[in-house]
Amino acid sequence: MNNVFVYIEIEDGAVADVSLELLTKGKKLANQLEKKLEAIAIGFNLQGLEKELFPYGVDVLHVADDKRLAPYTTLPHNKIVCEIFKREQPEIALFGASSVGRDLAPRICSTTGSGLTADCTSLEIGDHTDPKTKQEYKNLLYQIRPAFGGNIIATIINPDTRPQIATVREGVMKKEIFDANYKGEVKKFDISILNDADFVVKVIEREIEKSKVNLKASQVIVAGGYGVGSRENFKLLYELAEVLGGEVAGSRAAVDSGFVDHERQVGQTGVTVRPKLYIACGISGAVQHTAGMQESSIIISINNDPLAPINTIADYVISGDLNEVLPKMVKYYKQNTK
Amino acid sequence: MGLKILVLAKQVPDTRNVGQDAMKPDGTVNRAALPAIFNPEDLNALEQALRLKDTFPGTTVHIVTMGPPRAAEIIREAMFRGADGGYLVTDRAFAGADTLATSYTLSLAVKKLAPFDLILAGRQAIDGDTAQVGPQVADKVAVPQITYAEEIQSVKDGKIRVKRRLERGIEIVESPLPCVVTVHSSAAECRFRNSKLTMKNKHAKTLSELQETESSYVNLYKTSPWLTITEWSANDLNPDFNCLGLTGSPTKVKTIENVVLTAKESVQLTPSDSDMDNLMKELIANHTIG
Ligand SMILES: Cc1cc2nc3c(=O)[nH]c(=O)nc-3n(C[C@H](O)[C@H](O)[C@H](O)COP(=O)(O)OP(=O)(O)OC[C@H]3O[C@@H](n4cnc5c(N)ncnc54)[C@H](O)[C@@H]3O)c2cc1C
Ligand SMILES: Cc1cc2nc3c(=O)[nH]c(=O)nc-3n(C[C@H](O)[C@H](O)[C@H](O)COP(=O)(O)OP(=O)(O)OC[C@H]3O[C@@H](n4cnc5c(N)ncnc54)[C@H](O)[C@@H]3O)c2cc1C
Repeated sequence: MNNVFVYIEIEDGAVADVSLELLTKGKKLANQLEKKLEAIAIGFNLQGLEKELFPYGVDVLHVADDKRLAPYTTLPHNKIVCEIFKREQPEIALFGASSVGRDLAPRICSTTGSGLTADCTSLEIGDHTDPKTKQEYKNLLYQIRPAFGGNIIATIINPDTRPQIATVREGVMKKEIFDANYKGEVKKFDISILNDADFVVKVIEREIEKSKVNLKASQVIVAGGYGVGSRENFKLLYELAEVLGGEVAGSRAAVDSGFVDHERQVGQTGVTVRPKLYIACGISGAVQHTAGMQESSIIISINNDPLAPINTIADYVISGDLNEVLPKMVKYYKQNTK
Repeated sequence: MGLKILVLAKQVPDTRNVGQDAMKPDGTVNRAALPAIFNPEDLNALEQALRLKDTFPGTTVHIVTMGPPRAAEIIREAMFRGADGGYLVTDRAFAGADTLATSYTLSLAVKKLAPFDLILAGRQAIDGDTAQVGPQVADKVAVPQITYAEEIQSVKDGKIRVKRRLERGIEIVESPLPCVVTVHSSAAECRFRNSKLTMKNKHAKTLSELQETESSYVNLYKTSPWLTITEWSANDLNPDFNCLGLTGSPTKVKTIENVVLTAKESVQLTPSDSDMDNLMKELIANHTIG
C-alpha cells in the first residue's frame, strides 16, 4: 500500500524510454519515502517484460496481457489502472507526458478525483504548511513545472488527494539501472473486468515511425533556428555535426518552417537535451527553446544579433553570420585534429 | 442529418508574444501587457466544427467557455467565423480552478445542453499548458475521447473517424458518437471572419453586457434572439459547491517563480580566422570535442 507507481508505455512491444526514466526517478522517490516501486504494464505478449524492468528496482510488476490491449486505447487502459489504484492506494503515480500518458492520466485523475500536474521538469519530496489552516503536511511530492508558455516555474502540490499524479516528458529525467540483479514479483491482472463497452473505440490504421535520431544520447548537438534560412542551408550544420560526431537539432521556428524534421526539435514541446556541447546557430533563445537545452555543459551561440537573448546563457558568443562561421569551424577543427 | 456540436474554448493571455514590453525590467512577466486571445488550438477545433457544419446542413455549433465576463469576446469572435452562438459560464465561485474543477464545471454546462453529438476542444491551452481538460470532461460526461486530432475524416452511421497526430506518426481511430475530440495545432487553421456574419453578429452580447448598452438597441435583442449570449452562473448549473474553483481543486500552487535569464560570463568572439582557430583549439584541449 501507498507505494510509488509508474505506468509503463509500450510501443510495438518495446518499453518507451520515458517509462524507464520514470522508474529511475520513481525508485529514488520510493527509497526516500521507504516505500516500494510498482509498475503497471498493459498490452499484448508481455511475457519476459520483467527481465527488462526489474533492474530498475521494480518490486511489483502488474501485468495485464490481452490481444485487445495493444495498440493503446484509452478506455480499457483507464479501467485497469483505476482498478489497480483502487486496490493498491498508491502514494504517487507517474506517467510519461507523451500522447499516451497525456491521454490517459487526466482521465484516470478525473475518475479518482486526484490532482494531476502536467509536464513536470523536477519532482522532489518536501513538507508543506497550509498558509491559511496552518495544517502541516509531511513528505508531499513537489511537482515542479513551467507554465505560462515557459515564463514561470510553478511548484505544485496535492496536499489532500492520493495518488499524487504527475506526467514528465521523455528526456527530462535520467535513466539508470538500479541493480542489474534486482528481483521483484509479477502480478497478473485479471482482465475479466473488461467488457465490450471498453472497446468501442477502434484503431483502424497506424503508421508509427521508429525514431531514427537520438538527440538525447548525443554528446554534441549542432542546432539551427530560423536564422539558418532554409532546409538547404542546414547542410552547413550537418557538415559540422558530422566532423564533430554529433547530431543536428532545430528550434520550433526551424521545424515549423520545414528546415528540419520535428523529431529533432529541442525545447519545451520537443526534446530536452544536455550534451557536452550545444552549438546554437541562428536561434534567438526563447524560453521555450532554452528550457530544453540550458543544462548543456557548454553552449556556443552563433548569432548576428549581439543582443540575442540566447547569448546570456552562452559560454561562447560568436557575433557574426553563421554562413561564415560554420565552415570555419569545420576547417579549424580539421586542421587542429590532424 | 444535422449534428449538434459544442466547442469548448478558452480565452488565454497570449504567452507566445512575450515581447520586449511583456517582460518587466526585473525579468518577470508583465501580464497586463499580454493581450487576451482565443486559445489557438481551440480555433483549430472550431474549424473542424465549421467543416462539419458545411458538410451536414442543419448542424449547429455552439461555444462553451468558462471564464471572466470578458471571455464573451471569444464567443463573439467564433460567431463572426460561423458559430451559431455560445454559453458563457462565469462566476466568482469558479476562480482558482485547476483542471479537475474546470472540467467539472464545464461538464455540468455540457450536460445541461444534452443531447449533443460531439464535443470538440483544443488539445491544450497555452497558459496552463496541461492538455488535461478535454479527457477529464469526457470522463465526467461518460463518453469516449479522441485526443490529438488532426482531421475529422468522416461522420457516418453514428460513428466518427479521426486522424490523430502522434509524436512519431499518425493513427486513424473510430469512435461512436457522442464523444469528445481534442484538436491538435497541426489541424487546419481556422477560417477568417466572414464579413456578413460579422455584421450580423457584431451586437451579440451577454445579459451583463446588455445592461450597459444604450436603450436604443434594446429592441434589437427582441427581434434578433441569437444576439443574446447565454450567461450561466454557478447556481444555474446546480453544482456541488465543494467541487468548484479553488475549493474543488486538488492541486495547489505552492510557489511561483518567474523565469529570469541570468547572464553567464561569456567569451565574446568574432568570426575571424584567429578567433575560430583558437576556439577549436580550446574545445579540443578541454575534451569537449575530439
Ligand atoms: C507553448 C509553446 C511551446 C514552444 N515550444 C518550443 C520548443 O519546444 N522549442 C523551440 O525551439 N521553440 C518553442 N516555442 C517557440 C519559441 O517561443 C520561439 O518562437 C522559437 O524558439 C524561435 O525560434 P528561433 O530562435 O529559431 O527563431 P527566431 O526567434 O526568429 O530567431 C532567429 C535568430 O537567428 C538570428 N539570425 C538570423 N540570420 C542569421 C545569420 N545569418 N547568422 C546568424 N544568426 C542569424 C537572428 O538574429 C535571431 O536571433 C514554443 C512556443 C510556445 C508558445
Ligand atoms: C502556473 C500554472 C500551472 C498550472 N498547473 C496545473 C496543473 O499542473 N494541473 C492542473 O490540474 N491545473 C493546473 N493549472 C490550472 C489550469 O491552468 C486551469 O485549471 C485551467 O482552467 C485549465 O487548464 P489548462 O489551461 O491547462 O487547459 P488545457 O487542459 O490545456 O485545455 C485543453 C482544452 O480544454 C478546453 N478548456 C480548458 N479550459 C477551458 C475553459 N475555462 N473554458 C472552456 N474550455 C476550456 C479548451 O478547449 C482547451 O483547448 C495551472 C495553472 C497555472 C497558472
